[in-house]
Amino acid sequence: MNDLTPTREQRTAALEGMGCKRKRVEDIRFTQGKGNYVDDLKLPGMLHGDFVRSPHAHARVKSINSEEALKVPGVLAVITAETLKTVNLAWMPTLAGDVQMVLADGKVLFQNQEVAFVVATDRYAADDGINKVVVEYEALPVVIDPFKAMDKDAPVLREDLAGKTSGAHGPRKHHNHIFEWSVGDKDLTDAAFRKAEVTIKEMISYHRTHPSPLETCQCVCSFDKIRGELTIWGTFQAPHVIRTVVSLIAKLPEQKIHVISPDIGGGFGNKVGAYPGYICAAVASIVTGKPVKWVEDRIENLTATSFARDYHMTTEIAATKDGKVTGLRVHVLADHGAFDACADPSKWPAGFFNIVTGSYDFPVAHLTVDGIYTNKAPGGVAYRCSFRVTEAAYCIERAMDILAQKLGIDPAELRLKNFIQPQQFPYHSALGWEYDSGDYPTAMRKMMESTDYASLRKEQAEKRAAFKRGETREIMGLGVSFFTEIVGAGPSKNCDILGIAMFDSCKIRMHPTGAGIARVGSKSTGQGHETTWAQIIATEIGIPADNIMVEEGNTDTAPYGLGTYGSRSTPVAGAAIAMAARKIKAKAQMIAAYKLEVHEDDLEWDIDGFRVKGLPEKTMSMKDICWAAYNSVPPGMEPGLEAVSYYDPPNMTYPFGAYLCVMNIDVDTGVYKIRRFYALDDCGTRINPMIIEGQVHGGLTEAFAIAMGQEIRYDDEGNVVTGSFMDFFMPTAVETPRWETDFTVTPSPHHPIGAKGVGESPNVGGVPAFSNAVNDAFSFLGSTHIQMPHDYWRNWRAAKQLGVFA
Amino acid sequence: MAKTHVTMKVNGAEVEGLVEPRTLLVHFLRENLSLTGTHIGCETTHCGACTVDLDGMSVKSCTMFAVQAEGSEITTIEGVANADGSLSALQEGFRMMHGLQCGFCTSGMILRAQRLLLENPWPSEEEIRIGISGNICRCTGYQNIVKAIQYAADKINGVEYEEAAE
Repeated sequence: MNDLTPTREQRTAALEGMGCKRKRVEDIRFTQGKGNYVDDLKLPGMLHGDFVRSPHAHARVKSINSEEALKVPGVLAVITAETLKTVNLAWMPTLAGDVQMVLADGKVLFQNQEVAFVVATDRYAADDGINKVVVEYEALPVVIDPFKAMDKDAPVLREDLAGKTSGAHGPRKHHNHIFEWSVGDKDLTDAAFRKAEVTIKEMISYHRTHPSPLETCQCVCSFDKIRGELTIWGTFQAPHVIRTVVSLIAKLPEQKIHVISPDIGGGFGNKVGAYPGYICAAVASIVTGKPVKWVEDRIENLTATSFARDYHMTTEIAATKDGKVTGLRVHVLADHGAFDACADPSKWPAGFFNIVTGSYDFPVAHLTVDGIYTNKAPGGVAYRCSFRVTEAAYCIERAMDILAQKLGIDPAELRLKNFIQPQQFPYHSALGWEYDSGDYPTAMRKMMESTDYASLRKEQAEKRAAFKRGETREIMGLGVSFFTEIVGAGPSKNCDILGIAMFDSCKIRMHPTGAGIARVGSKSTGQGHETTWAQIIATEIGIPADNIMVEEGNTDTAPYGLGTYGSRSTPVAGAAIAMAARKIKAKAQMIAAYKLEVHEDDLEWDIDGFRVKGLPEKTMSMKDICWAAYNSVPPGMEPGLEAVSYYDPPNMTYPFGAYLCVMNIDVDTGVYKIRRFYALDDCGTRINPMIIEGQVHGGLTEAFAIAMGQEIRYDDEGNVVTGSFMDFFMPTAVETPRWETDFTVTPSPHHPIGAKGVGESPNVGGVPAFSNAVNDAFSFLGSTHIQMPHDYWRNWRAAKQLGVFA
Repeated sequence: MAKTHVTMKVNGAEVEGLVEPRTLLVHFLRENLSLTGTHIGCETTHCGACTVDLDGMSVKSCTMFAVQAEGSEITTIEGVANADGSLSALQEGFRMMHGLQCGFCTSGMILRAQRLLLENPWPSEEEIRIGISGNICRCTGYQNIVKAIQYAADKINGVEYEEAAE
């Protein structure tokens, strides 16, 4: 050995494997404007499609006249529901077991619903055509308030469902009712409430909002008549599922459909579902024989494709006088809009809302969810959260604060008193989940120490006294949030989408020179998979991450995967990657044993290759094994070094975290100032701390936006009044607070590398932290719950209602 | 619609084209010149994804007609790298400080930050935050974008960067 022989530390560092703040591979192209997004695609002869949309929220469509539109230079076709009926595509199935109009068929059910699709030589001509399509409407009464949707005399919205007393998820109670979903033990829960020393009850609303990634939804469809093949480039978080759906509904053989997700400009759940634009562009390409591009504008994005939340949660907790929770009862009124197009695993009409018992040891709980139709856009996507988990976390975290207030116990103390304890894992919750691992008290105490929580409470008490003495008009709130997420959907035993189990996959091929390619069933929308997936492989097989190329999004070359949403990439695809890498390593071990003329069991792994036990000088690097795999494998072994893994997770993963928001509010103006925001996340094993921190920053910023103002609001006539970035709160660098991040590490016991996923935790935990801070600030003035979002005006209104203006 | 002839200097090269009077500058750049690094996020001047540098000013190219840019000098993201093809200090800063995720806002952010640093070579954090407040990022929460711009300012001003250990 000479001085040039790298040390073990140097060899490990050279891999840039797990735990390393590896700089992102993607950034080389993105910082130079060389990403490849859908709208960048230009094909010869490509046409543009755009929608005529309904100005009404509920109306009968009396007639559609395209005559003048077809005279507009450049306009080639106007597609309506009548056109689509000839190919049986006027309606399409939704992921939630409902059907949805692709184009208005007889009536419209929400403002900006798609009515006709104009196809033209360029986007300007398409717009000219739209202005010339004459649609005659007869306005109908609208249902906007979800609490009035099931009134006896409420207008009938879905005439297509007339006489249907049951839907995909059981019986329907009313013409605007979709499903009732019930979980837990009602009798035991009711009994707990009868015996309770203390109860609280509050209607906690999570308003309607929207994921609004910076790139809207878009696609290019190109049908090759000679080959009978349809290629779709689109902003798809789940390209493989899109291909299967297109095959099923368009009756095209699946092998003749090529779905490709290129670079995607953010997703946040918005790009999971199938939208009318995709269907219309595909039909237009089949009809015209030319490629057709469809690109949503921002107003269309906010008003028509996939809102999130709109959950109205009547929440009750039963407890003892000293603050031990004894029961939880929640009823949710879930506003799904005009069609049930929630993007949840098929058997879960309210997603995983039954994680609503949160981080606490509730002996009994009962949950019912009523899904209803209104004249609003369809959707209900998981906006940066696992399916309905952010609603559940908000519900329980708000309710725990309300209980703390009633009992006069500090919110952090109340949580510590009720936590599921480390020794209780795996923990079976009252609503049916098996939590994999956690150490909640440690995380909570670390948060309290890091922020000097006790001093902050002291300062708050002094400020309140000063306010009461009239010395200040500023109030101070501490927003505590301790969330448990459920991510990584999911095990085939309970998770599928349209019958396809929610596994994920990876295929690795090592090239002779010690480089390789990994193709994965997930699809990054900014998470940096090209960087982190290579890090997992680097650590597993000892090849530098720089020598591993990661490819996702092409349904012909990637193995089938269910895509990226619900923080499932690391828990599911990440596991598949590790398992595929381990198959590579197992074969490599056999090759190394053969080459080193020892038995396989006499080899041990050492960072980047194998060495003979007891003979550390006798080694074979993974790089050399790759070469050998192509020329001198043991007799009887197939040459090459390639492996595929399809990973069906045995359980979900349960990331958790402790957040604190410190906020001051000026009661005279409602203006708030986020003084501090501390976020401790435990996502199990950490693959790339730099990327984790970035994910936390981004998720917190979206949580901040949602809690403090971001809302899709309708007026009484069903007009969207927040349909552009002018009105829809989109924080800039000026409003956005500074973030402090921290972590603990509790690996998942069932995941190959112990990782749990992190992308959505900050949104799930962040929203209750902000909202609790506002509510905590006002609580000493006599309020128990103020609904989100907490913009300046609403804060001012809350102050006014609490009588602080003499 | 009748077309108008336009000429301008884009990334140092004289370019010309025929456009409708209503053609937006961003469409001219993306579609006529195939400079697709400039993105469209809102079409209402709010998000800044389409920001380019025009005659020494940051301009949102979705709210300007191509004909209005007649005779002007424009820099897009494709013209930002150093002459030898290496990443500029800002491009490098965004990568080093993890100032981007999906990459969709990045072109506009870099163009805006470049102009900001030309006008104010030593900006405070507050000045950076105000300086980029016309540009929306949905992924990063801005904290690392601020650091990326500080990194670039330091580098341009000759201050060496040292990475903190985990």
